Amino acid sequence: MKLSEIKDALRAELITADDCLNMYLRAGTASDLMSDLLTGPTNGALLLTGLCNVQVVRTSVVAGVAAVVFVREKHPTPEMIAQAQEHGLPLLSTSFTMFSACGRLFDKGLRGVETKAPRP
Amino acid sequence: MSLLKRSFEIKARDFIRAGEAAIEVQKILKNIGFDPEQIRRASICAYESEMNVVMHGGDGELVLTLDTEKIMLDINDQGSGIEDVDLALQEGYSTASQEDREMGFGAGMGLPNIKKNADFLEILSDKGAGAHLKIGINLRKE
Repeated sequence: MKLSEIKDALRAELITADDCLNMYLRAGTASDLMSDLLTGPTNGALLLTGLCNVQVVRTSVVAGVAAVVFVREKHPTPEMIAQAQEHGLPLLSTSFTMFSACGRLFDKGLRGVETKAPRP
Repeated sequence: MSLLKRSFEIKARDFIRAGEAAIEVQKILKNIGFDPEQIRRASICAYESEMNVVMHGGDGELVLTLDTEKIMLDINDQGSGIEDVDLALQEGYSTASQEDREMGFGAGMGLPNIKKNADFLEILSDKGAGAHLKIGINLRKE
């Protein structure tokens, strides 16, 4: 899914990397736990998070996360914005809650990072 | 023979700078042009071990060494050491503080994740005498 479609679906504000609206995101993941991002196949994925500190940016860079959406009207600090700009990482902010934001993107066709569904 | 050696200082409890060393390591490996998967595995090992030093270790140092065979990371700290290495390697076991958890860490995933991403991991630690992690990522794919 393109970043511009994600921005529209979440009625989000794009805070950094406004030249990246054509970027393609292969999957989505949602977590407030940075450790989780480092254990899964999160490279090239969109991250939705309610956590808003500089470690979100650093973890995303290390894990290869392609773009970050802060939910519940969280807004990154100037330090986070500066770091994201340095690494060309798009940061977005939406007023939707985590559940609603994930649901809206899933509805538009964005899927999780799993390579196969677990057995029932 | 090592082709490159760089060391980075890590400050205890400094969550503002935490992760800078790992990002420098990632930058160096990208500039050299290693395989993206090897860079990701090495960067994750560097970041997880750096966060461990910040959270538990006291001040410390991360040393990146490259030779023709592998990426080596040596992380030394002056903290209280790891009391029970086997326990620390169990997923979910953590001695992290509330502040660590508020930063998005301390879920007991760090050392198990380093083990998962590394081709070689040695943990040298005595309670009260700090910890030394030796991590290796092979450059040749098996």
